[in-house]
Amino acid sequence: MTDHDDTRPHMPLGLALRGYTGVIQHLSTKDTGSALSDIELESRLIELGFVEGARVEVLHEGLVGRDPIAVRVDSITIAVRRREAMAIIVA
Amino acid sequence: MEAPLLHLALVGTPNSGKTSLFNALTGSRQKVANYPGVTVERKEGFFVTPLGRQVSVVDLPGTYSLRGRSPDEEITRDFVLGKASGETVPDLVLCVADSTNLRLTIRLLLELKRTGRPMILVLNMFDIASRRGITVDVERLAKELGVPVVTSIAVRKGGTADLLALTDEISARLAAEPQENSWRALSVSELRATQREADRIIADCVSLPARPDTWTARIDAVVLHPVGGLIVLALILFVMFQAVFAWAQPAMDLLKSGFDALGELVKATLPDGLLQSFLQDGVISGVGSVIVFLPQIILIFLFILLLEDFGYMARAAFLMDRIMGGAGLHGRAFIPLLSSFACAIPGIMATRVIDNKRDRLTTILIAPLMTCSARIPVYTLIISAFIPAKDVWGFINLQGLVMFGLYATGIISALAVSFVIKFFMIRDYAPAPFMLELPDYKLPRLKSIAIGIYTRAKMFLQRAGTTIFSMMVLIWFLASFPQPPAGSTEPAIDFSLAAMIGKALEPLLAPVGFNWQIAVALIPGMAAREVAVAALGTVYAIEGGKEAAEQIGQVLATKWSLATALSMLAWYIFAPQCASTLAVIRRETGSWGWMAVTFTYMLVLAYAASLVTYNVAVALGAG
Repeated sequence: MTDHDDTRPHMPLGLALRGYTGVIQHLSTKDTGSALSDIELESRLIELGFVEGARVEVLHEGLVGRDPIAVRVDSITIAVRRREAMAIIVA
Repeated sequence: MEAPLLHLALVGTPNSGKTSLFNALTGSRQKVANYPGVTVERKEGFFVTPLGRQVSVVDLPGTYSLRGRSPDEEITRDFVLGKASGETVPDLVLCVADSTNLRLTIRLLLELKRTGRPMILVLNMFDIASRRGITVDVERLAKELGVPVVTSIAVRKGGTADLLALTDEISARLAAEPQENSWRALSVSELRATQREADRIIADCVSLPARPDTWTARIDAVVLHPVGGLIVLALILFVMFQAVFAWAQPAMDLLKSGFDALGELVKATLPDGLLQSFLQDGVISGVGSVIVFLPQIILIFLFILLLEDFGYMARAAFLMDRIMGGAGLHGRAFIPLLSSFACAIPGIMATRVIDNKRDRLTTILIAPLMTCSARIPVYTLIISAFIPAKDVWGFINLQGLVMFGLYATGIISALAVSFVIKFFMIRDYAPAPFMLELPDYKLPRLKSIAIGIYTRAKMFLQRAGTTIFSMMVLIWFLASFPQPPAGSTEPAIDFSLAAMIGKALEPLLAPVGFNWQIAVALIPGMAAREVAVAALGTVYAIEGGKEAAEQIGQVLATKWSLATALSMLAWYIFAPQCASTLAVIRRETGSWGWMAVTFTYMLVLAYAASLVTYNVAVALGAG
């Protein structure tokens, strides 16, 4: 996993396109524009399995503005809007 | 002495198969009510263990944690902690997990453990996990977690035998166990730490296959395709409405002839007079005209429950999220709004899945504009009486087209109202997050669905037996008294209280083309829309004799102009004619104010729509 970190730039999952695969590096809930408070957003993301080290894959995108996205997080699939996915930093 | 009732509570994440386990344990021995003060559904069931212990089990709302971020989740938390008012602390908590997806449940279980409640982890859907090549070292998992673990297959006969045996075993030594609660709300870093701990335990005890469920991936490739997915969704909705209208017809005809025969029987057995009139006009034709819709209600709930069990509803919300977002609605509002096509009451109650207050309020306000099944009798009656059953452009039935138009107008108005609310009333608006698990597809469980439909049908019949029955008695009374003086030649109803009320209201309703008979029918129709049909029947029956009641459509065709009929249709798209819906809005919003807002805006829209429709129709020569 560490060599993975070195070779790929960090980016928010909210910018990833369909087919992207990567590993969650950390959560950064500042300035995502979500209606939730930073702490609430971070708690909810963790509760849905978005924790450091989890493998993610963008499986599907919505029709309007490629939003929301369906993300495979290890063994489950979560639908999330790109705005909230901006808090998930992947590489 | 017999052992006291053992109290169990089912806790689990959404989609963990909690409800099918609940159904498997209790069968139809279920009681559905509300928790005091909140409108969260409280489902309790009963069963007897192999050793003869009487057990009560409560199916708590699904949750990912004990933080309690919605009324449903607060109930789950308070119930487990023994803080829910009027509830017994559960003797034993069953934490239910989908065996194919343990991550989130194990984290929840680690949090639950801190409450000190005796607990069992139930690995449900174990057969599906085995088939997919997932193996679980159950003994090691129990040791690592410090909690007994048992596997179960809720949908198979005998699939809960191990769980029942373990319940007996544990309940025998319950009192000996210390119960200390060290739970408090977790901080973000504690949350992260428990998830790490859960992942470590899973890595030690569970081996996952290299590839995920291929069926779900294959179906999603079509169903979640940006364009293809929307086409599939439209097709599903189309089939659903076709079914509700076409497939239900034979059963409805059967019910209708049954009630007609019953009415005839009463007419033949009883002497002419008040009692005969009361039973035939008031009770049988009144209540019967509503019960006839039972097949449609069953069908629409069959579809909704099937789609939910299959796992499609979450996909529908995903597809519709941004499209509905354009009108200021949340993707999760799709399910409540879809349910509102059956009835606004379950729809409004289903808005609890929306955790942002403003999104939820908007959805509640527009849910009654969705064409509910109670409008169908009114629409059907007027359309079949006034709209010719001819084809337009060779293949589209004109009656069906009008019906479609009424539905479409309802939907478009709902979106427009939502847009107006977003624009004017709720300005500082940041869209609430849409975060939803898309569960793997599962074959719907027929037993669970049967129990679900049974519960809803029972609710509908109870309503028909109470609210609607009492309204019909009231209408019959108003239309029958005072009795006409002996020797009068005019219809009896002209002397009644109903006629007085109707005639008093007539000046108000004359601009939209309604006569006093309609005014009379609209009064009980305020209690429940479908009652208006029966009320019109009663009014015209008592006015015109028994033949009129049997052919109410034909009577209307001779008494109303086309413009009046169209105006009535327009009125029914909007009118807030359902006391139960208004009561539920008050309960769910916790405010008389929002109930008044809903009532007023719908009434204004109804009057305006009827006014325009009537005057345009008259101007076009349909008056």
